[in-house]
Amino acid sequence: MPFVTPKSQQDAYDVIVVGSGAAGGQSAYALCMEGAKVLMLEAGRRYSPETETPMFQTPDLAPLRGAATPQKPFGFYDATVDGGWEVPGEPYVRTSEEAAGRFDWWRARMLGGRTNHWGRISLRYGAYDFKPRSRDGLGFDWPIGYEDLAPYYDKVELLIGVFGSNEHLENAPDSSPGCLLPPPKPLVSDLLVAQRAKRLGIPVIPGHRAVLTQPLDFRSSPARLHPGNVTAQKILAEDMRARAVCLWATPCGRGCSIRANYQSTTVHLPPALASGNLDITTDAMVYEVTLGRDGRANGVSFFDRTTGKQQRATARVVILAASACESVRILLNSRSAQFPNGLANSSGRLGRYLMDTVGSSVSGQIPLLESLPPLNEDAADGDQMYVPWWLYRDQHAGKLGFARGYHIEFGGGKRMPGFGTGAGIQWLTGGSYGVKFKQDVRRYYGSFIHFAGRGEMIPNDQSYCEIDPKVKDKWGIPVLRFHWRWSEHELRQAAHMQRTFAAIIDSMDGRTSGPAPSDGAEAIAPGGSIIHEVGGAIMGSDPGTSVTNQWCQTWDVPNLFVTDGAVFASNADKNPTLTIMALAWRAADHILERMRRKEL
Amino acid sequence: MDRRTSIKWMLAASAAWPLSAQHAARADSAPTARGYGTDPNLLAVYHPGEPWPLTFTPPQRRLAGILTDIIIPADEHSPSASSVGVVEFIDEWVSAPYPASQRDRPIVLDGFTWLNEEAARRFGKGFSDLTATEQHGICDDICDESSSKWRDAARFFALYRDLTAGGFYTTPVGRKDLSYIGNVPLASFDGPPPELLKKLNL
Repeated sequence: MPFVTPKSQQDAYDVIVVGSGAAGGQSAYALCMEGAKVLMLEAGRRYSPETETPMFQTPDLAPLRGAATPQKPFGFYDATVDGGWEVPGEPYVRTSEEAAGRFDWWRARMLGGRTNHWGRISLRYGAYDFKPRSRDGLGFDWPIGYEDLAPYYDKVELLIGVFGSNEHLENAPDSSPGCLLPPPKPLVSDLLVAQRAKRLGIPVIPGHRAVLTQPLDFRSSPARLHPGNVTAQKILAEDMRARAVCLWATPCGRGCSIRANYQSTTVHLPPALASGNLDITTDAMVYEVTLGRDGRANGVSFFDRTTGKQQRATARVVILAASACESVRILLNSRSAQFPNGLANSSGRLGRYLMDTVGSSVSGQIPLLESLPPLNEDAADGDQMYVPWWLYRDQHAGKLGFARGYHIEFGGGKRMPGFGTGAGIQWLTGGSYGVKFKQDVRRYYGSFIHFAGRGEMIPNDQSYCEIDPKVKDKWGIPVLRFHWRWSEHELRQAAHMQRTFAAIIDSMDGRTSGPAPSDGAEAIAPGGSIIHEVGGAIMGSDPGTSVTNQWCQTWDVPNLFVTDGAVFASNADKNPTLTIMALAWRAADHILERMRRKEL
Repeated sequence: MDRRTSIKWMLAASAAWPLSAQHAARADSAPTARGYGTDPNLLAVYHPGEPWPLTFTPPQRRLAGILTDIIIPADEHSPSASSVGVVEFIDEWVSAPYPASQRDRPIVLDGFTWLNEEAARRFGKGFSDLTATEQHGICDDICDESSSKWRDAARFFALYRDLTAGGFYTTPVGRKDLSYIGNVPLASFDGPPPELLKKLNL
């Protein structure tokens, strides 16, 4: 089976999955391994990390020394194909250009979506994160609690491979025994931050990333993941054995040809294809979910990008996993007499409560790290350690002035020199040039530590998307228009991040090129720039105020599901990808169960 | 810039999006007609001049080389910037159809003009024809933006130094100069040596 054209698609599938990233990959994997026949539709082109990843290429082999451009926003060697905050032929509309009110929409048009380039940070939501409204009266509670998702976090970690450690910290859950791979050794800069931050009462613990620091447990994990299903166990065991361990070099953002980190294309799709139950059509731009007379979804309509023709595909169940905003867009564009304001929008909440992550960052120069001996610090490509949110008590006592927390990602070391090496150090050198400049670059190379805060945004009424009445993309599909507003909580949180960074840098006797911005509006990164956008079709326990139930099933159409970030009812500081996968797997199990009972 | 190159460059530049349109209210979607596109072959080896034409005139190229080597001369650790292709890289940079390049291009070309005018004012010759001492005399006056009285020239020098460093330290000799020893597969990652951590009290 595998890659099929619109013409060679079969007549009857159990499930159509729109999208092939974290949500689509996980949905298809879970369904196919348990016997469902799935058609996956991906808007972008087919992509093969094994043959296309520039693993050891150096910047001098690339145009512009590999520097970022609007066509490759994360640098030339980033894995993203046909993606970025602007996609040719696929516009969207912002209602504001101001930093405070703008939202930039990242998309990737390729098999595997943005999982090919993502940061691989894989943090679990904690118990508090599912019940934020109960704790502080803001935002929404999820219709599920941590205990509902915990078994699926275990399963996802076992399947994809996540390194980390159990630290028994408040609201940073431990994994079940055997789920985590050992964390990599920390770098000099990691240990320095850990030592000094600790003196400030700030915890520094091993990070969690989807990188194989040792082989997956192919002997026992398959049985834990697919109990009673010998076929699935055999396929998965074989696939786990085929994945190599990290070789401690090359940036994960380029993708990984040896399959040592998670990307949908190297982890979810190969076993799903090996099951014989998955067909994939790439270059299929889905724009509408179609309804039967019974009010149930009967398939989707899409443009075949290779021919420009409109096509149809049908199935018993439709899963949207096209990324939060794209799934919302498809639903809003699926209008009918029954659903004049968009499919599954009887609550009027479709497109509402878009959230991104609060981001703010700074670089510190640390004299202690100057002129160290040569070290290979490529390691696992970052996040060997991080700072989980730690101020629960102060916040509860009302000392912080904002709700919800943030974690800090940081990194230093003698990384591969890039386009920015030796640049922007005039504030340290006094403007040296010549032999003195070369000495200065040697001295300062590897002496910087970058800090990035990643915090929770609370959903609000001013941050949403809708269909623009005029603008259409190159296929004539109406496009999204974004509205965006931060609340005081996020702005104050960003300012607090900057104060924390300054304190940590100070504790290491380090320095920065200028004073930290004290104004949150100045400190905060624009909406969409952290690329953690979630919400738009939030799950809830009330059909009047939410779009899906706890199973990612739309309230209005029983055989229509949304398994990507759109269903998030809150956006905790923890990067969303691991939770997207856990939710998608849980939804898939529910769909399988309902299909077995002939309810779907 | 000779007429032929000038036309080639203008064509490339005019097909690219204007500086402001990248963040325009309605996201414009036409802009990838030029540049390397959104799906370039990542495994190919690229040389300056291949993705888009270079545009330095011969006198500009000569001046560019002299300046890169004033900033990064040969020393006992590594050769000079111009000997490892940095001039070609800077030419590629200022000739590229991208917003950052379009922002930097006039700064670099105006900076070259300023150097020649200042050289003529002080010594009656173009910058490239000055002695090393004379050249350094001018550079000393613009190498520090925080104190230079020629603000535009100092801004140019800072940019040019950044471009020179970026071009140089991304080459094999640049990596070696910094004793970078990564980008090789390892069987295991053992972390920093214990004696170093002891020395740093970590």
